[in-house]
Amino acid sequence: MDAATWGLIVATFVACFVEMVEATTIVMAMGYTRSWKSALVGTFAALGALAVVTVAAGYALATWLPESALQLAIGGLLLIFGLQWLRKAILRSSGRKAVHDEDAIYQEEVEAAKAAGENKGGLDLFAFMVSFKGVFLEGMEVVFIVLTFGLNADNIPGASLGAAAAVVIVLGIAIALRRPLSMINENLLKYGVGLLLASFGTYWAVEGIGIFRDGRESLGWPGHDLMILVLLAAWLLLSRIFVSALRKPAAQAPAVAGDVPVEVKK
Amino acid sequence: MKFLKAFGQFWYDFIIGDDWKIAVAVVLALVVLFAAMTAGLFGDTGLTLLGGALVVVAFSISLAIDVRPKKR
Repeated sequence: MDAATWGLIVATFVACFVEMVEATTIVMAMGYTRSWKSALVGTFAALGALAVVTVAAGYALATWLPESALQLAIGGLLLIFGLQWLRKAILRSSGRKAVHDEDAIYQEEVEAAKAAGENKGGLDLFAFMVSFKGVFLEGMEVVFIVLTFGLNADNIPGASLGAAAAVVIVLGIAIALRRPLSMINENLLKYGVGLLLASFGTYWAVEGIGIFRDGRESLGWPGHDLMILVLLAAWLLLSRIFVSALRKPAAQAPAVAGDVPVEVKK
Repeated sequence: MKFLKAFGQFWYDFIIGDDWKIAVAVVLALVVLFAAMTAGLFGDTGLTLLGGALVVVAFSISLAIDVRPKKR
């Protein structure tokens, strides 16, 4: 396997890992407080819906769009996703935004599940719908990332392999521990994914502008794929500069680690 | 109508997210790059480097707007 394929697998693995941790927290909260059967039915229904979306969108994108249009459209969207993640990572690292906390999110889901009242039918609709929605929404981002990375690198199997490995590993950890995966440094992972998405997104979106010139040929970066590493270094450097510049003064920062505000809203 | 509104809201949340300025920054950077390409200012190397720089600058401006001190 070459370096580009490894990069593709690592990028989709980390992105999928983060989303899977969030989806697992929601399903576990429903399973432990409401009904495992309904939570799992909702999970598998969402996975089925995601599979249909993946096949349909993948076929449509690969069949109907010329390469440069594909690079521009999905590279542009990937860039927007990546910069959104990077923005949040910068604000969290500089203490200007609450950090993401799986334990807090789990508690919030448990409270909502208890407040929803008892279920009298066979299938607990509350647990089903919350699990379905959680897995589907988190999964949509993974589907999008797998499709964009896979189509642009012309290696859907490689991208899918990275995502599938993340699903297996997160589920394995969740089943072994039987509690929310709050020990995973999700904020750091999201920072890394933001950097990857921003770098690949910049590379492809800029290439794709070539759709508007004669011949509809993609623009060519100097150094080709190696330029992605340069872009990665540039985004990392810029983000560190922003974190340093935006860091709140000691007087305004939380006194101890335990006082760091947490984000419970998705 | 309610379904259409929810459908639209889902895609808005999915693509634009909680900071619309990022999406605007990306679109503006690509529009300027398109204008430079149409004007025939540079070759491929110059255009791609300009594109990368434009995205970085546009993101920096959107973040600077985001964290600017609020007026009391």
